[in-house]
Amino acid sequence: MQTDPNPNKSKDSPTNSDSTESTQSPSPFPDDVLGQVLSFLNSDKDRSSVSLVCKDWYNAERWTRTKLFIGNCYSVSPQIVATRFPKITSVTLKGKPRFSDFNLVPQNWGADVHYWLVMFAKVYPFLEELRLKRMKVSDESLELLATAFPGFRALSLMSCDGFSTDGLKAIATHCRNLTELDIQDTDMSDIDDFNGGWLSCFPENFGSLEVLNFASLDSEVNFDALERLVSRCKSLRVLKVNKSIMLDQLQRLLLQAPQLMELGTGSFQQELLPGQFGDLESAFSNCKNLQTLSGLWEVTSIYLPVLYAACASLTFLNLSYAALRSVEFGSLLAHCPNLRRLWVLDTVEDKGLEAVGSSCPLLEELRVFPADPYDQHLHSGVTESGFVAVSRGCSKLHYVLYFCRQMTNAAVATIVQYCPNFTHFRLCIMNPGRPDYLTNEPMDEAFGAVVKTCSKLQRLSVSGLLTDLTFEYIGKYAKNLETLSVAFAGSSDWGMQCVLEGCPKLRKLEIRDCPFGNAALLSGLEKYETMRSLWMSSCNVTITACQQLAREMPRLNVEGQDGMPHLLFSLFDRQDLLLPSLMLWSGTRAVKMAGEKQSELDHSFLLNENMRND
Amino acid sequence: MERAAVYDSDLNLKATELRLGLPGRDESEKQSSRNNKRSSAEMENSCDKDEQESAPAPKAQVVGWPPVRSYRKNILQHQKNESDLSGIFVKVSMDGAPYLRKIDLKVYKNYQDLLKALENMFKCSIGVYSEREGYNGSEFAPTYEDKDGDWMLVGDVPWDMFITSCKRLRIMKGSEAKGLGCL
Repeated sequence: MQTDPNPNKSKDSPTNSDSTESTQSPSPFPDDVLGQVLSFLNSDKDRSSVSLVCKDWYNAERWTRTKLFIGNCYSVSPQIVATRFPKITSVTLKGKPRFSDFNLVPQNWGADVHYWLVMFAKVYPFLEELRLKRMKVSDESLELLATAFPGFRALSLMSCDGFSTDGLKAIATHCRNLTELDIQDTDMSDIDDFNGGWLSCFPENFGSLEVLNFASLDSEVNFDALERLVSRCKSLRVLKVNKSIMLDQLQRLLLQAPQLMELGTGSFQQELLPGQFGDLESAFSNCKNLQTLSGLWEVTSIYLPVLYAACASLTFLNLSYAALRSVEFGSLLAHCPNLRRLWVLDTVEDKGLEAVGSSCPLLEELRVFPADPYDQHLHSGVTESGFVAVSRGCSKLHYVLYFCRQMTNAAVATIVQYCPNFTHFRLCIMNPGRPDYLTNEPMDEAFGAVVKTCSKLQRLSVSGLLTDLTFEYIGKYAKNLETLSVAFAGSSDWGMQCVLEGCPKLRKLEIRDCPFGNAALLSGLEKYETMRSLWMSSCNVTITACQQLAREMPRLNVEGQDGMPHLLFSLFDRQDLLLPSLMLWSGTRAVKMAGEKQSELDHSFLLNENMRND
Repeated sequence: MERAAVYDSDLNLKATELRLGLPGRDESEKQSSRNNKRSSAEMENSCDKDEQESAPAPKAQVVGWPPVRSYRKNILQHQKNESDLSGIFVKVSMDGAPYLRKIDLKVYKNYQDLLKALENMFKCSIGVYSEREGYNGSEFAPTYEDKDGDWMLVGDVPWDMFITSCKRLRIMKGSEAKGLGCL
């Protein structure tokens, strides 16, 4: 696709261009009008469609796009992006596949943001926002970010790693206009040296922060610096502190920032004097705008009541780090009638979920996490009856993530009858391959009920004992399905084939430990180019099939892993060996090797097919 | 777990199957002592040999299942340890000291904390742990008696495993401990 060297030159008006030599009808709008109109388009899907209309619209769109979303950092090269979009001010980049959250991706897989930043520094000096998910971010990258973009405002790092104090110090020191610093879900286990001194690096006259989230950074912080920072930032609406912040410190922070809309508390374990208790209670009651509450590490039933006064306006309550029992949980819920989203630990048990059903009629999203995921013989936690109780009371429920140890087909059928509007149904029966515990049958009918009833279903995670029938159902009914996660399920290649043939909107498919092999993999050849990625781990796929795939579909990147990337090439002699894991995605023919060297950038690809915008 | 495996019949692929596969899993089987030093959030905690020492119910052996994020795993494990065990008091003796001390292992977060505390309590220098050499070169070496009655070098196993299996501590003179370090 050639880019127009003079995209903004004015063209003849429509009435003058009825020359018979023109091979395409000219755009009926002058460029600047078109540009104006398109600048209102925010949705990437719409922009993608617009850019396919004709060359003029393609050009107009690329000059007015300011937000860049790349769902897989290896699907396109920074050079191609830079050439196509000259006016980007906001970038969202996602890296490693989701399975990396569960230690299923090698440490050195890649997704280093640095080579992107180097390109951005050259082409987008006015970059304002950077949002990264599952990428490797070194201190060097953070330093580059802090110094190369004078207008930089917002940094969001979700599930990223590779950085330390030094990188954050650079951000705090140099980003004069920072409004957002949002660090979520950092796994601290690899970080050796992390101290809280970075907070002191914000200049004394700096007060522009609106979002500050360091909840997952596990280290002491300089509290005085934090308190001063909070008092200076009058527009602060999101504050999520880490566990090192004690209750008396929290109280002081709340006094400085009663305007907060989202609060992540620190540790609730401190022993308070009676006076302090009252102070904390009144500090919370002053927070009239609180919509989100999280943190609450080690909270005990004694201290929960301090929260009550702040709960009336709560729409999102995240108790997933607080091991509450049903009684205190129920008491808390009684003060939260406006909850839309609720995350809890399964320590609240079915009784706690019954309280959810009766106290939270507006609930839209529920996530129940396991407090003790690895103990297979535990009988505590939640069961099917808790789930049913919630569905009975919360008709607006459309997003659920539920970890349990037992489930029945009948219960799931009942649940979707009460709540037919599920868009996200993620059920994890924690013992792999567990059947319906009452009838001992596979859980096929459960997921059959889900896909038959919930026509809006976008995301599905299945578990339990499942045969190919489940996948037949999915292929037949789940016409809006975009993301599917499968583990320890299915009987043969036929199952995977049903899904690949039947789900037109499928974008992400993750499969582990299933009996799907080469025939299944190869049946999706045409399909993969329309998807963001396929990940298969511990299935029956061999190198032969991958090679065939790569040969027939040159625009797909196929990456097999054996745990040691450099060994992959020597395996080509043994083509019948089972491949432990396979990932494929459409994109530029870039060879991704360990150590992050991107070679062979092929510029001849049509850009639209490589930009997976959603 | 059972899978409908499809193998060519003439080659015994199972025997030569390249099951290096999922990261963290084979490392733990081949080099369990090396890996056990890293973060206890990894699945290596559930190696077979440790099952006798842990709680009655064996933990899951499957890597990355259930799909709980490592960030969340770490938090919950930490909380669980804190709430389950109410003070693990063990006697600490030091060679040459006139009387013993008692410490609560629960108070410490990791080996670093513990060793620092011991150094303070006994006014000695224990030095740095290395997997190969133990505490070679330092004046004293910390050892402990485990559930089986064996004397072990402090630092070999993950912290969580250590505090549940440690019965008493003994700070040995460096010269005596040298024998241990060579094993």
